[in-house]
Amino acid sequence: MADYQNLFTTVQAVGPVHHGVELGHGNSPRTGQPLINYWVGKLGNAQLGPIYLGGLGLASLVFGMIAFTLIGMNMLASVNYDPIQFVRQLFWLSLEPPPPSYGLSMPPLNQGGWFLIVGLFLTASVMFWWARTYRRAVELGMGTHIAWAFAAAIWLFLVLGLFRPILMGSWGEAVPYGIFSHLDWTAAFSLRYGNLFYNPFHALSIVFLYGSALLFAMHGATILAVTRFGGEREIEQITDRGTASERAALFWRWTMGFNATMESIHRWAWWFAVLCPITGGIGILLTGTVVDNWYLWAIKHGVAPPYPEIFPSVVDPALSTGVKP
Amino acid sequence: MAMLSFEKKYRVRGGTLLGGDLFDFWVGPFYVGFFGVTTLFFSFLGTALILWGASQGPTWNLWQISIAPPDLSYGLRFAPLMEGGLWQLITVCALGAFGSWMMREVEICRKLGMGFHVPVAFGVAISAYFTLVVVRPVLMGAWGHGFPYGIYSHLDWVSNVGYQYLHFHYNPAHMIAVSFFFASVFALSLHGGLILSSTNPQPGQVVKTPEHEDTFFRDIIGYSIGTLGIHRLGLFLALAAVLFSALCIVLSGPFWSRGWPEWWSWWLNMPIWSQWPV
Repeated sequence: MADYQNLFTTVQAVGPVHHGVELGHGNSPRTGQPLINYWVGKLGNAQLGPIYLGGLGLASLVFGMIAFTLIGMNMLASVNYDPIQFVRQLFWLSLEPPPPSYGLSMPPLNQGGWFLIVGLFLTASVMFWWARTYRRAVELGMGTHIAWAFAAAIWLFLVLGLFRPILMGSWGEAVPYGIFSHLDWTAAFSLRYGNLFYNPFHALSIVFLYGSALLFAMHGATILAVTRFGGEREIEQITDRGTASERAALFWRWTMGFNATMESIHRWAWWFAVLCPITGGIGILLTGTVVDNWYLWAIKHGVAPPYPEIFPSVVDPALSTGVKP
Repeated sequence: MAMLSFEKKYRVRGGTLLGGDLFDFWVGPFYVGFFGVTTLFFSFLGTALILWGASQGPTWNLWQISIAPPDLSYGLRFAPLMEGGLWQLITVCALGAFGSWMMREVEICRKLGMGFHVPVAFGVAISAYFTLVVVRPVLMGAWGHGFPYGIYSHLDWVSNVGYQYLHFHYNPAHMIAVSFFFASVFALSLHGGLILSSTNPQPGQVVKTPEHEDTFFRDIIGYSIGTLGIHRLGLFLALAAVLFSALCIVLSGPFWSRGWPEWWSWWLNMPIWSQWPV
């Protein structure tokens, strides 16, 4: 029975490597001689490479490497260029944004100046990579769905590092570059604004986060379960429905009374994945700009119950400083 | 009969695990089976208990209805219905309904000649719920460590339990779980986007092939995992997210009772560099 579950590729057919679909005029040649790796082939395609570099890819890599190096050098400087301490404290090291007192002005380099420069390079790198995903799809005659999904993630990235800091009037609102430091930022952000669990857009974002994991588990499992009927050839099944699609659809219809089609399941997938950063970005953008305390907001709108007044004389300190929900 | 155009030829008898032909029939689009009957029993009973509990509670506000677990003082004993006993019964019903649903999926898989990936994956999700409401409370010695059944009350529980360990983001299993969740969303957007971009190509173009899909991903990142591999990867990422989530909460309390930031001191104090100050 276990033989039929198709978790790993048991027999690998090795043929000539594929150099990729022909590209039209104005494209660079692809880079790298493709390799076949047996162990990679156990899980997915055995072929590694080639890759298309091109001007946009090169620009993105250069800007990205500069940003990465600047973060690393700033961290290294913070431990006096001691490589042992760099490794030892790596998770604790951080390139921090400027203190709030600098507002939206350019601070000295070691007071957040490097942070802003890194942000510039990183944003440029991400934008070039976005243009690359768009251009590669168009050059192959394909739709640009991946580029637009990527744009949704960029929306969240820009909300965190650009739009919200500008609306708040301080680059100090941006997220630091560091392992533990960005986790600290997240916790402090939630506490400062009255617990982000009460932010309905945060709730929606988590729904789409968990929903995406759920959908991928359902979809991945369903397709693997019908691979014996060729279900993984999804484009074929979309254009010319076969027994794999029919069984996959009927499985869910009989289970929960509803089924997607081989194409529509990918629309569900795309939307769930894309709505996760879109709703999350909205939630972040509203925090501190429109809503100052999500707990008080939730009480005001009848969503959260007020805590029982065990200590009736205690006033929420946020309220006493003039904060409004 | 709510049947799809091609459905009739698939509606054959057999594949059942229990009950033989007795429950081997459909109601509308739903397959019933022995486990469909037990699913109905547990879900109706559980839902009725929730509604009854809500009727005895202070509010009908959907966001605020909550069925709380027993007080910690009850330990692992049965509590009176209105003091957590309902929560205990509802937990039994939930586990019964989820398990029945999983077994019903197994029967449907057998009927359709499919692999068992979906019920196995669902079993992983059930195990995470089981970890939250049974394993961890048992290890900690009180049902009161389960989470309350309510929309905002369960969020409060997550928030409060998180802060009991000072800063839950420092829980290494939580870090890995979150990374897998983000990776699931990322991979799902790439997979959904790739299939849609192949079947909905540029105007005037014909529908693309897996050669185009592979070429697109090799052009972008130098590797395409392929039509089969992406489904293995997606299933793995999603299940790993759930398994590490279960791990991160069962570690908290039974196996680590201090703040999670403190846990990382083993790294700073490793003998290879502990002779130097941080």
